[in-house]
Amino acid sequence: MTNLLDINNLTIRFNGKRTVHAINDVSLSMKQGETLALLGESGSGKSVTLKALLGLLPPKRTQIEGSIHVNGTDVLSLSGKALRRYRGGEVSMVFQEPALALDPVYTVGHQIAEAVMRHKGISRDDAMSTALDMLDRVRIPSANRRLHNYPHELSGGMRQRVMIALALACRPKLLLADEPTTALDATVQIQILLLLRELQKEFGMGVIFVTHDIGVAVEISERVAVMYAGQIVEEGTTREIIREGRHPYTQGLLAANLHDVARGERLNAIPGAPPALETRPEACSFAPRCPHVLPACRECRPPMVDLSERRRVACLRAQETIAAE
Amino acid sequence: MLTYLIRRLILVLPVAFGVSVICFLLVQIAPGDPLTAIMPVDATAEEQDAMRAAYGLDKPLPVQYAIWIGNLVQGDMGKSIASGRPVAGEVFGAVQNSLVLALSAAVIAFPIGIFLGFLAGYFRDTWIDRVVTAISIAGVSVPNYWLGIVLVIIFSVNLGWLPSMGAGPGGSSEWEWNWLHIRHLILPAVTLAVVPIGIVARTVRALAGDILTMDFVQALYAKGMSRADVLRHVARNAAATALSVMGLQLGYLLGGSILIETVFNWPGSGFLLSNAIFQRDLPLLQGTILVLALFFVAMNLIVDVAQAAIDPRIQRT
Repeated sequence: MTNLLDINNLTIRFNGKRTVHAINDVSLSMKQGETLALLGESGSGKSVTLKALLGLLPPKRTQIEGSIHVNGTDVLSLSGKALRRYRGGEVSMVFQEPALALDPVYTVGHQIAEAVMRHKGISRDDAMSTALDMLDRVRIPSANRRLHNYPHELSGGMRQRVMIALALACRPKLLLADEPTTALDATVQIQILLLLRELQKEFGMGVIFVTHDIGVAVEISERVAVMYAGQIVEEGTTREIIREGRHPYTQGLLAANLHDVARGERLNAIPGAPPALETRPEACSFAPRCPHVLPACRECRPPMVDLSERRRVACLRAQETIAAE
Repeated sequence: MLTYLIRRLILVLPVAFGVSVICFLLVQIAPGDPLTAIMPVDATAEEQDAMRAAYGLDKPLPVQYAIWIGNLVQGDMGKSIASGRPVAGEVFGAVQNSLVLALSAAVIAFPIGIFLGFLAGYFRDTWIDRVVTAISIAGVSVPNYWLGIVLVIIFSVNLGWLPSMGAGPGGSSEWEWNWLHIRHLILPAVTLAVVPIGIVARTVRALAGDILTMDFVQALYAKGMSRADVLRHVARNAAATALSVMGLQLGYLLGGSILIETVFNWPGSGFLLSNAIFQRDLPLLQGTILVLALFFVAMNLIVDVAQAAIDPRIQRT
């Protein structure tokens, strides 16, 4: 069976008033039906990766190298009708702010139905009943009435459910979730996470879940890829990452967790700030903030080391630990 | 929606009352005695008083207002002091002509303005945007009476293609929809359209530009919508605000075309108004201003209702 997703040496640069090397040599693969959390702080290139996957980056200002294949389709070569069929049909996206991602002047039913009509080529009435079915599936109470509501008439959690219904209406193979719980209340966050997990099982699609919250990543995903400064620094199963994160950045993220911290105790924040990415990183991007830094870290980019099957770390010290073992 | 409509209609009543009071008082504040325009210079004080009584101008203002309103609701707007004809007939004839002119200008201006605005908004910060912005700034800034005169010089005087004066052959002021009349309409309508083209284009440009940067546009592309679909969504989002601007513009076109109507001798409300002012024709002045102001009120009402119909976020209850 072909991989659901294969990203090979993806490099994305934005040219404008300021050049930004947003993604640097990222490779990533996913099997069918897998759930992957893309973990990293803001500006680490998580959202850019998702947008590249949907071909949503502004073509004039963006320079993309490398390749992205979804189910064997070369995404970067798609255009016109093929691209429209792929977007929403093969891969779809749940946005961070459902309040902004839904058109305020159309009913939610209409917004779901129009996507279904485009992809399935069915009549408006049929599309509306699909929309109703989807609202039911995302557990919206009295879906029949909500179908004819406008986004502003719904609560934040309800809107995100609509967004999920919209994203899943055309049965995509891959769902991209861009921090879908960040804009929501804590209690609603859990509900949405649980819902996404259930729907993932029900529909069997792959999910890329972008988050900066390690707790959310643990809750939802089987695998985790940690991103820093436009690169993947560590990848493995969720258990491996949590139990024995090898990269100092991953360890920093784990240590910065609020759990089991006593009152009055200083939080273990990672010192410093991420680099500006105005030039292509030639050394380890994390070196300036790394507690275990070696002189060699500042001279070349650490190569990706395969620790075991689908377990990778990009760190010079990670190699040392293997040697020590 | 129906309750909203009824509520808005009821709200119009106090506005209309206020408008009528202001129309009435405004004319009283203006300096000059209406009688001097029609009385011979050597008229005695008694003769003047008799004339004043005949027009009811000797009574206190509130009484004059009550009489005026009382007659008004019966469709009687009084008689013109200058011509002696009923004001109602004069005003409605003129307003009808103005309406023809204003609507023609709107029909020219709004589609062009919307098209240019959309184009500039979509291609923001490109040369297209800069050209449209230049056009709209020129449209708003150029004095349109001057432009009218320039057009007359070019198309009437030099080329001799179109007439420069009046609303029909032989100075006819009865509008008819035939080529002989439409020929007279072209120059004033085009001149009048220039300002609203600029204003509508600038409004739509800003609206479309802003809406296109919103998240939901990207979400639309993400679910596989085509560019045409996205533009349809953008148009619907922009419609409510664009409509209110266009409604106000139509109001201005109707009442604010005094200069253009004077340049082209168009027998409309603006022309009537300027004559009434120069002749101190109180009843005619009051009647014309009132009808124009009420048109504005009606225009606003229509725009409000249309907005509520288009944009669900506007409170309908």
